[in-house]
Amino acid sequence: MGRVEGKVAFITGAARGQGRSHAIRLAEEGADIMAIDLCGPVPNLGYPHATPEDLAETVKQVEALGRGIVSAEADIRDADALRRAVDDGVARFGRLDVVVANAGICIPRAWDDVTPEIWRDTIDINLTGTWNTVRATAPRLVEAGGGSIILTSSAAGLKGLPFLTPYVASKHGVTGLARAFAHELARHHIRVNSVHPTGVDTPMGTMGAAGMGDMIADNPRIGGMLTNSLPIDVTSATDISNAVLFLASDESRHVTALAMTVDAGNTQY
Amino acid sequence: MAGRVAGKVAFITGAARGQGRSHAVRLAQEGADIIAVDVAEAIEGVEYPGASEEDLAETVKQVEDLGRRIVAAKADVRDHDALKKALDEGVAEFGHVDIVSANAGIFIFGDETHLVSEQAWRNVTDINLTGVWHTCKVAVPHLIEQGTGGSIVLTSSTAGHKGLTNCAAYTASKHAVVGLMRTMANELAPHRIRVNTVHPTSVATDMALNDATYKLFRPDLEHPTRDDAVDAFQAINALPLPWVEPIDISNAVLFLASDEARYVTGTELKVDAGCTVK
Repeated sequence: MGRVEGKVAFITGAARGQGRSHAIRLAEEGADIMAIDLCGPVPNLGYPHATPEDLAETVKQVEALGRGIVSAEADIRDADALRRAVDDGVARFGRLDVVVANAGICIPRAWDDVTPEIWRDTIDINLTGTWNTVRATAPRLVEAGGGSIILTSSAAGLKGLPFLTPYVASKHGVTGLARAFAHELARHHIRVNSVHPTGVDTPMGTMGAAGMGDMIADNPRIGGMLTNSLPIDVTSATDISNAVLFLASDESRHVTALAMTVDAGNTQY
Repeated sequence: MAGRVAGKVAFITGAARGQGRSHAVRLAQEGADIIAVDVAEAIEGVEYPGASEEDLAETVKQVEDLGRRIVAAKADVRDHDALKKALDEGVAEFGHVDIVSANAGIFIFGDETHLVSEQAWRNVTDINLTGVWHTCKVAVPHLIEQGTGGSIVLTSSTAGHKGLTNCAAYTASKHAVVGLMRTMANELAPHRIRVNTVHPTSVATDMALNDATYKLFRPDLEHPTRDDAVDAFQAINALPLPWVEPIDISNAVLFLASDEARYVTGTELKVDAGCTVK
């Protein structure tokens, strides 16, 4: 018996990286999946964007586990597209239990190199897109009489990490969003929690951070803020998925408004 | 399928009943062997009944019924040497220790801070804070020497985040446990030893559900019952429930104890039905 047997999970940013890992980990433990991804370009990204082929690979890997999956190319900035994806998924599976608002971007820049475009895209996707995701899915959980919503924040959602001003602002916003939604949705037995990874071994977490070295060299005094206290430089997507699995499962049935760090000690260091 | 903590050994204080027994049983279900300690007697000034040696024997039985091994000892966390002896005997039996659950604690309440007696203050801080430090002090040398990392889980409380009224010593001790955790998380990280806290709201055990706590929640009634107090217990949580069950805390301890949480350290894992953000 899987730890989320019989549940249905809606996951954004599911084409690869953490999102794909969440889809697979939850499917391994018995969940069916609704997988959403933009599968397209965002300006200024320092890493390749996800593709329709990536999303198809997620579908293939979930199906190989014997679980059901529906996928859709949708931009979380587009509330109507999200709603359609939710409707289609619920039509297929008949229910929704778990929401993982995982989609996000990260464009490191020193503060004076952040352009209005980078600021706007980061806030629109990471913060407003997460809000859109909750708005599109929470009514289904209210109807169902309960559920678990997991918002992907970051160590940067708790700590003012350098060279990431729009990202830090957006992820602090996500932390606040989780806390506020937790209260309003509590009476429906819907739990809302945030997860806070340190660097993860994904395209965003590795290639996306490639430029950080020069920024740290230019301002070495604060570079240490990015250090993990555990002797590791990067975590695996699976480590975040295991936390998501715990929060998605009934093992955490009374856990809400928690900021759950998977950060190798970064925020306490 | 291998258990989630298969092959590990867990040292658990306050293991005779309540959350401690639940942790022992849950970890054993997932493949761990157990080193269990409990003072197994009443503590002066505590208004609910103390754990007994029969309680500790029942924990032993429940773990053994699962096919796991357990070494149990009657030991007071205030007594460093007794605690060290109990753990060392367990390690001699099993060969290693991997998980530490510093769970033993007491709840004395009812007086405003300036009215708390010297004795009550000392008992609470000696057990809830110094006892946790002793637990770590005896276990950490084993974890470092083994060189295979480890997971230490300290039981704090919603009172480790919030200033609960009329239980100053408890609140101070549970806040202090968070500080201990944060320092040790940094000190022990080079050894891959992780240190985290769990923060339960009210749990359905003798410590939280007894005539004295009903009175704490309903001072307006002379002899309040559980039914009289349930709405007041409910009022502190965001989720619509008055208290959680020991298994809910055990599931959090299990996650932190397992390799699923191998990069989780320095975190405060609240199992509090939203109590602390309310």
